[in-house]
Amino acid sequence: MLKVTNLHVSIDGKSILNGINLEVKPGEVHAIMGPNGSGKSTLTNVIAGRDGYEVTQGSIEYLGKDLLELAAEERACEGIFLAFQYPVEIPGVSNMAMLKAAMNSMRKYRGQEEIKAGDFLKLIRQKADLVEMKHEFLKRAVNQGFSGGEKKRNEILQMAMLEPKLALLDETDSGLDIDALKTVSHGVNALRSPERSMVLVTHYQRLLDYIVPDYVHVLANGKII
Amino acid sequence: MSAPILNEKNKDLKELVKREYKEGFVTDIESDTFEPGLDEDVVRRISAKKNEPEFMLEYRLKAFRRWLKMPEPGWAHIDYPKIDFQSIAYFSAPKEMPQLDSLDQVDPKLLETYAKLGIPLEEQKMMNNVAVDAVFDSVSVRTTFRETLSKAGVIFMPISEALQEHPELIKQYLGSVVPTQDNYYAALNAAVFSDGSFVYIPKGVRCPMELSTYFRINEMNTGQFERTLIIAEEGAYVSYLEGCTAPQRDENQLHAAVVELVAHKDAEIKYSTVQNWYPGDENGKGGIYNFVTKRGLCKGDNSKISWTQVETGSAITWKYPSCVLQGDNSVGEFYSVALTHNKQQADTGTKMIHMGKNTSSTIISKGISAGHGHNTYRGLVKILKGADNARNFSQCDSLLMGDQCGAHTFPYIEVQNPTANLEHEATTSKISEDQLFYLKQRGLGEEAAVSMIVNGFCKDVFRELPMEFAVEAQKLLEVSLEGAVG
Repeated sequence: MLKVTNLHVSIDGKSILNGINLEVKPGEVHAIMGPNGSGKSTLTNVIAGRDGYEVTQGSIEYLGKDLLELAAEERACEGIFLAFQYPVEIPGVSNMAMLKAAMNSMRKYRGQEEIKAGDFLKLIRQKADLVEMKHEFLKRAVNQGFSGGEKKRNEILQMAMLEPKLALLDETDSGLDIDALKTVSHGVNALRSPERSMVLVTHYQRLLDYIVPDYVHVLANGKII
Repeated sequence: MSAPILNEKNKDLKELVKREYKEGFVTDIESDTFEPGLDEDVVRRISAKKNEPEFMLEYRLKAFRRWLKMPEPGWAHIDYPKIDFQSIAYFSAPKEMPQLDSLDQVDPKLLETYAKLGIPLEEQKMMNNVAVDAVFDSVSVRTTFRETLSKAGVIFMPISEALQEHPELIKQYLGSVVPTQDNYYAALNAAVFSDGSFVYIPKGVRCPMELSTYFRINEMNTGQFERTLIIAEEGAYVSYLEGCTAPQRDENQLHAAVVELVAHKDAEIKYSTVQNWYPGDENGKGGIYNFVTKRGLCKGDNSKISWTQVETGSAITWKYPSCVLQGDNSVGEFYSVALTHNKQQADTGTKMIHMGKNTSSTIISKGISAGHGHNTYRGLVKILKGADNARNFSQCDSLLMGDQCGAHTFPYIEVQNPTANLEHEATTSKISEDQLFYLKQRGLGEEAAVSMIVNGFCKDVFRELPMEFAVEAQKLLEVSLEGAVG
């Protein structure tokens, strides 16, 4: 599924990742732990295709493709999903409208027809229940005025809707109280499947009590040790 | 057609459009357009051409003589070469074009172009000369649905015809909201306006349909000076839509319109504009100079006037749709989206003049600047002595795209009554990299992402537009912003 080989990444000339090797097979859940500033978020951002990172060495292969050749939106359409550590607010754009546009953009990329409005509505309500999100949140502007926990829940809702092949969860547990953590973990666990791989990034052990990974890596000084 | 989207990539379309105009119009210019230049004789000739009553000629001449003495205003935050008013032709009437029976007879490629522009079918029909109501250059081509409307007692006709059929109404109301001496461009318009729309809604009538006028500048080197007058009698309601386009020309063209609204007791007028005059090319060559005076008078108690505008076109926009809140409890609203891209400049806003008691006004202005565009909000909220318990809420938001554009806000507030309650909010923001990446990570391309963010930014205004117009406005923004990022 995903094969990161000898990945070196720098930001503004400062090197952050110094030779990462990571292989994730279908259905596997990998946890990457490490202290703040060790480069965990850099790794997920580079896989997702965020601008501002310079890959100086190494490669990332995803489903047999050279991932670094693809634009961020193409990677998303190829099934890579990033649950953000700090989800942004998009004023005036409802959660539903955004998700529908996202879904249809992906379907178009895969040569599928747009989803019917009725089917979409049914699906989103069902998924909202999965993450215990009140339906009124669906109509609200993306993340606007959401609490930390609501934002994280919203990320998992989006993941449930978009059904990625590879989900990257960046500090999904940060800022969550124990109940919210349980709900979010429940949502994530429900999405585990033999075809879907996940990479969890965290610096707390407690997340791993709820989402039990197949592998745990420790990242320090830009290297997996 | 206005053609901000006709960039290099679309040379075929450009050719197509050019060809259409060559065939459609150029031969007609000589016979139906006045020679450029402006003097009393031209004013008389316009009036004679329209076979106007004597009072109208006097009105025009009075305006013209005042205009000669007025200085051209220079206070707006816009920059343009001096306009040579003698190089403009002040009257142009297109000759009959071959009538097509249906859209099936139109070149399908052309329809594709329209579809890309997001022009609704009615307008497509119009642009291909299948009858719709429209002011083409200076002459009103057609007003449809007149019969249905007249059953309801509604008058909706070109103002030139209204001058023949209802001169008493014109005499009573023309210039009653925007007097001839109001400002430089209003005076010019009063002297030379050639057509426009007239709407009269009788007492207690709710206009059975939305009225729509479509303005188009077509001929080269002509100015367009249309005049719109809308009267809503006691308890009447009307929603009026105005769309504007112009073809792509290298020369600048002048558009100086005047719109007057009068709402009597308990009446409501909703006036929506989607302005998409040709904005000039990316180097600022060509484009429409849009100097417009729009003002509504809430004359009676409990009356309401609401302006909604989406301004994406024109090289220069100078426009302040205003409300004079004379009646007690009257309400004025102004919802605006103004977008400037490339070298476009907009100085737009509103004036809310509170005279009556318990009057209230709302101003929501959304300015979007991209490229080298400059976008200025200029607004006045004036609370006069007698306006007890007047309320105003203003919100002016600016969105910047890129680092070469500008957003400016000039809110003026004059309060002469201590019971007034005013709120003003203003924000300036940029589309953040975080927002863009977030949406891209959800599978949306750069342009779709930008368009989603911009539409979200404009939502408070778009929801005030009639449904069909709102869809058009959203598409128009997308088209106008093409190439604004990256």
